[in-house]
Amino acid sequence: MASKIVNFTLNGRPVEAMSKPLTTLQAILREQFKYTATKSGCKQGGCGSCTVLVNDEPIMSCLLPVENVEGQEVVTLEGLLQSEDGLHPIQAAFFERFAVQCGYCSPGMIMISKALLEQNPQPSREEIVDALTGNFCRCTGYEPIIQAVEEAARRMNGG
Amino acid sequence: MVQRMLNVVGQPVLRRDGMGHVLGKTTYVDDITYPDMLHLKMVRSPIPHARIKGIDFSEAEKVPGFVCYLTHKDIPKNVYTILTLIGVGPDEEPVLAEDKVLYNGEQIAAIVAETEEAAMEAVSRVKLDLEELPAVFDVEEALKAGAPILKPWGTNYFIYDYEYGQQNMFRKVRFGDVDKAFDEADFIVEECYQTSPIEHVPSETTACIAKPEADGRITVHTNTQALFFSLDNTALILQVPFQKLHFVGGTVGGGFGGKVDVIVEPIATLAAIKTGRPVKYKFTREEEMRVSSSRGAWRMYFKDGVMKDGRIIARKVTTYADSGAYNRHTPYAVTKHVANAAGPYRIPNVWIDAHCVYTNRQPGSAMRGFGVTPASFAIESQMDLIAETIGMDPWEIRFINAYRDGDMKPHQKVVEDATLIEVMQTAAEMVGHKLPEEYRKMSSSNREGGNHG
Repeated sequence: MASKIVNFTLNGRPVEAMSKPLTTLQAILREQFKYTATKSGCKQGGCGSCTVLVNDEPIMSCLLPVENVEGQEVVTLEGLLQSEDGLHPIQAAFFERFAVQCGYCSPGMIMISKALLEQNPQPSREEIVDALTGNFCRCTGYEPIIQAVEEAARRMNGG
Repeated sequence: MVQRMLNVVGQPVLRRDGMGHVLGKTTYVDDITYPDMLHLKMVRSPIPHARIKGIDFSEAEKVPGFVCYLTHKDIPKNVYTILTLIGVGPDEEPVLAEDKVLYNGEQIAAIVAETEEAAMEAVSRVKLDLEELPAVFDVEEALKAGAPILKPWGTNYFIYDYEYGQQNMFRKVRFGDVDKAFDEADFIVEECYQTSPIEHVPSETTACIAKPEADGRITVHTNTQALFFSLDNTALILQVPFQKLHFVGGTVGGGFGGKVDVIVEPIATLAAIKTGRPVKYKFTREEEMRVSSSRGAWRMYFKDGVMKDGRIIARKVTTYADSGAYNRHTPYAVTKHVANAAGPYRIPNVWIDAHCVYTNRQPGSAMRGFGVTPASFAIESQMDLIAETIGMDPWEIRFINAYRDGDMKPHQKVVEDATLIEVMQTAAEMVGHKLPEEYRKMSSSNREGGNHG
């Protein structure tokens, strides 16, 4: 089957991707656009390290054919809107609260947290845990990650 | 007061690499690409024990994008050298299988292609002619007469002390007289403990890229936990001078011991030399689960002689470590195991035999405290069982037997800087457990107070 052109918005910029059928959004982001913050931990929807936002909804980009984002808005970690100090409050909270160790799950964790806090600005601990369920951290730093999301929520609410 | 004087100890220090992680700017191996980069995928054994009678690459070669294949014949010195490098030796694992395979998933031949997809397609078209052999999956079965023999030297166990001219089929410790002590003991407490293989599941799978440079050197980007093991191994396997290789590492997307064995770098480097192009060899998640080293499985038989007052006066341990098909780090783990099988306790009579056994399973190797972790699981389970058997509080049994500075350990090392008593005192305080006065007064640095002899 022939390749086709897919048009979408990537981190606020209109882009054009040339893709073979069933090429994933993950592959296009990493290989064509070189946005490598989106990780590739399993390529089977098992780890969440490739989580990006499509129209503000979190999605594992390794399972999504890029054709499905035609005309949509895609945001990766590189496209997080930052404050004056160069960090989004979620990034700052992850950094300062030691919610990163090897760093491989961090992009997915930050993006899923972004989606959560956009939809639910004051989540309970249980709601945070529930949101992070599909994202694996193998350095087992879940506790600081949960605390970082709580801290980010406080900062984003002006606390 | 002391804390206020310290700038680092007790103070949070932000991670140096943390900013890169939260910005997504940390570069992992898989994030690196080159325009002319090739991909390497492995032809693996689909069965656990077989003789290789033939390999047919003719259909694979027809796949568009196929570049070349590599077999053991292409490798200058076809043996991993991990144990030699840590002074344990001898090594026995081929980089690519020669006449036999010993586990399901063992590397037989490498395929190099223009894209990852083409490499996978070509791998699927390689025809293996394998004669299946009887396999053994249990450590004790592997040591029985009549078990299929896996190693060319005719045994299914690692031979220790080969360099001293005396050969032992196990690591052993002999300290005091256990049989006499068992006769004197008020109680005998016996149990078998077993642990399963555990996969580390690092978030980032094992990977490297080998890139030939214009000056004739090869740059190897790798996520190994042991950069110089990898460099040394690769140089020895490829028989090239060490300075010809430039290894770049340090960014590891989770390791936990699973990225200590050197598996991907030598063959990717060889492929880069052969093709003159950068070559990436990255495990799929399936490969990471199926063929990367796991924490080895252990079976441990414990027999303790205990007095009514709680003192353990004798311990006899027979351990079987499942190394899987090859050594990797297991012979070293067994040595660590015997040094720790008495635990942090003073036991005057100890007898240990620890066997490093080969089976037709995925090789076991390093993982967080390997060798010691299974021992600790067995020892502390055994302490609880002893407490239950003699009707004593589990805290008490540990205080009574805790070793202190100056005690002799069974492997003939004098205890220094013991902290078990202080750790237990602090732990009791933290969980709100009220300890009797005599245990609160105990100290690791002397035997005054609560001395049970």
